[in-house]
Amino acid sequence: MNALQKLLGWVDDRFPLTATYKAHLSEYYAPKNFNFWYFFGSLALLVLVLQIVTGIFLVMHYKPDASLNAAGVPVAFASVEYIMRDVEWGWLIRYLHSTGASAFFVVVYLHMFRGMIYGSYRKPRELIWIFGVIIYLALMAEAFMGYLLPWGQMSYWGAQVIVNLFTAIPFIGPELGVWIRGDYVIGDATLNRFFSLHVIAVPLVLVGLVAAHIMALHEVGSNNPDGVEIKKKKDANGVPLDGIPFHPYYTVKDIVGVVVFLMAFSVVVFFMPEGGGYFLEFNNFFPADPMVTPPHIAPVWYFTPFYSILRANTVNFFWIDAKLWGVIFMGLGVMVFFFLPWLDRSPVKSIRYRGPLYKGALAIFIVSFFILGYLGMLAPTPGRTLVSQICTIIYFAFFALMPIYTSLDRCKAEPERVTG
Amino acid sequence: MKKLLLALLCAPLVAFAAGAELHLDKAPDRSRDFPALQNGAKIFINYCLNCHSASYFRYNRLTDIGLTEQQIKDNLLFAADKVGETMTIAMRRADAKLWFGAAPPDLTVIARARASEFGSGADWLYTYLRGFYRDDARPTGWNNTVFANVGMPHVLWELQGEQEMGPDHKLVLAKPGTLKPEEYDAMVADLVGFLNYMGEPMATFRKELGVIVLIFLAVLFVFSYALKREYWKDIH
Repeated sequence: MNALQKLLGWVDDRFPLTATYKAHLSEYYAPKNFNFWYFFGSLALLVLVLQIVTGIFLVMHYKPDASLNAAGVPVAFASVEYIMRDVEWGWLIRYLHSTGASAFFVVVYLHMFRGMIYGSYRKPRELIWIFGVIIYLALMAEAFMGYLLPWGQMSYWGAQVIVNLFTAIPFIGPELGVWIRGDYVIGDATLNRFFSLHVIAVPLVLVGLVAAHIMALHEVGSNNPDGVEIKKKKDANGVPLDGIPFHPYYTVKDIVGVVVFLMAFSVVVFFMPEGGGYFLEFNNFFPADPMVTPPHIAPVWYFTPFYSILRANTVNFFWIDAKLWGVIFMGLGVMVFFFLPWLDRSPVKSIRYRGPLYKGALAIFIVSFFILGYLGMLAPTPGRTLVSQICTIIYFAFFALMPIYTSLDRCKAEPERVTG
Repeated sequence: MKKLLLALLCAPLVAFAAGAELHLDKAPDRSRDFPALQNGAKIFINYCLNCHSASYFRYNRLTDIGLTEQQIKDNLLFAADKVGETMTIAMRRADAKLWFGAAPPDLTVIARARASEFGSGADWLYTYLRGFYRDDARPTGWNNTVFANVGMPHVLWELQGEQEMGPDHKLVLAKPGTLKPEEYDAMVADLVGFLNYMGEPMATFRKELGVIVLIFLAVLFVFSYALKREYWKDIH
């Protein structure tokens, strides 16, 4: 036994190092038929680490201060430009972080879509899915609060709009708004608390939830594009016949995914960091000015489907104000994902063996989600509002009618073992 | 749901209608033309930096566009003592607000802020600085085609001359300035080129670095893919 093995033995007697390595990497058996869609889980983890590391360096130079400097510019806004100009490689760290925010939502949306097409939320993976939806919620909070920090016009007025939504809640609304802002308007108090929540509270929650998400996954094992359980067929050693050790097989495969992702990511960071105004909104290069309301306030692209749902509610109904209906439906639009494991009554998990009803419903749902997202970026007109109302109905009908169409659907028989 | 259906039935069928269109002239690209950028810096410092600051931009950063610190000190350092200072102005904001109605904005990142779906920020500035015309209804006597009822008078009018709004909504040069129209356009292009550079001084380097990063990743892809193939050949 050489010295290294001795050291490992010493550690293993005191800490489950080898056991953890085996349980989660070298003897965690993943189905061998993962396809393209299975890259986005590890990519989400990569982006989380990227955001934390770049965030740590940004906090070293950023100043959450809404007061005006000698040149009449808010200190927070000026400190971002200081990072862009005077901090060594600051521009790169900032662009990695700002592009990373959008990249996070891209990979998370694709990761969620993967879960939907292959039924990864179905029994026994309900908790993985629920942890995942909470991660998505935490991510939205993280992105929203982070977007205030550059203290540009869109930061300021976007926060104003979103915090005002809480004031629509009956009885406690106005006080709740003041409590969130720490002021009657978005101000220095808001900036400081959002900074604190963005750099400490929500990242802590996110990391904890991601750990729970992965632990739950490794407890029940990964789903796969065929939606069949590989644990049903095991060899004499108890290893699933269609399973392969995560390390080295999926570690080397995910490295390829990481490199391809980094290429796409680098194209944005180095050649179009504003992402055409979708990743960094042009109007946000004007410092926040509480006296000048921009003619058109649009949230960043990843919130726009829900913003469209909010704006689609234009009628007071049942003695409830249209604004409150909008808030209710927007909240429901996110929360409804929690119920997916119980709404789906199909005998099969994967889209490969589902019938035309589910395939059609999912396709229409995805199209309306994109339309809602697109309309959320534009100023409302009566025509656009009508289209977003139709899409909102489709959005909720996809979930509300799911128990019906998934049980009526004509599914194909699942194979015994994974294919391909 | 019911109320949405109701809204659906009542909603008038109005087609997707776009907002007001803004037609912008394309600004010539000056990003790699150092003499033009230096000329733009000189115009900016002479004409703009009296009322507008560029408070995130340091004078010695102009070495990026081919000037030496001595040249900057000798020719461009009017409003500051040290070459490492930022481009601030002496005018107090409270006074500026009193005189102009609004304090003139800091211009460091104006070229990024003015970008829109109608064109780049440079296009907007290039059109704006060539779009002033005489308007007696305005307190300054000037109006602008892309920035209606603008607070700033036409600072460059001696160079361009005086334009008037023609009956067909086209600008006509009523009184010529000291520069010919094409000379004025070229000068504005230099100024806008400088504003664009100042908005993101590292932009040129960023793109150069991006090419290197992508080449590196392409090579890494070849190796990582070969590694994956090697490991996976016994699986399928």
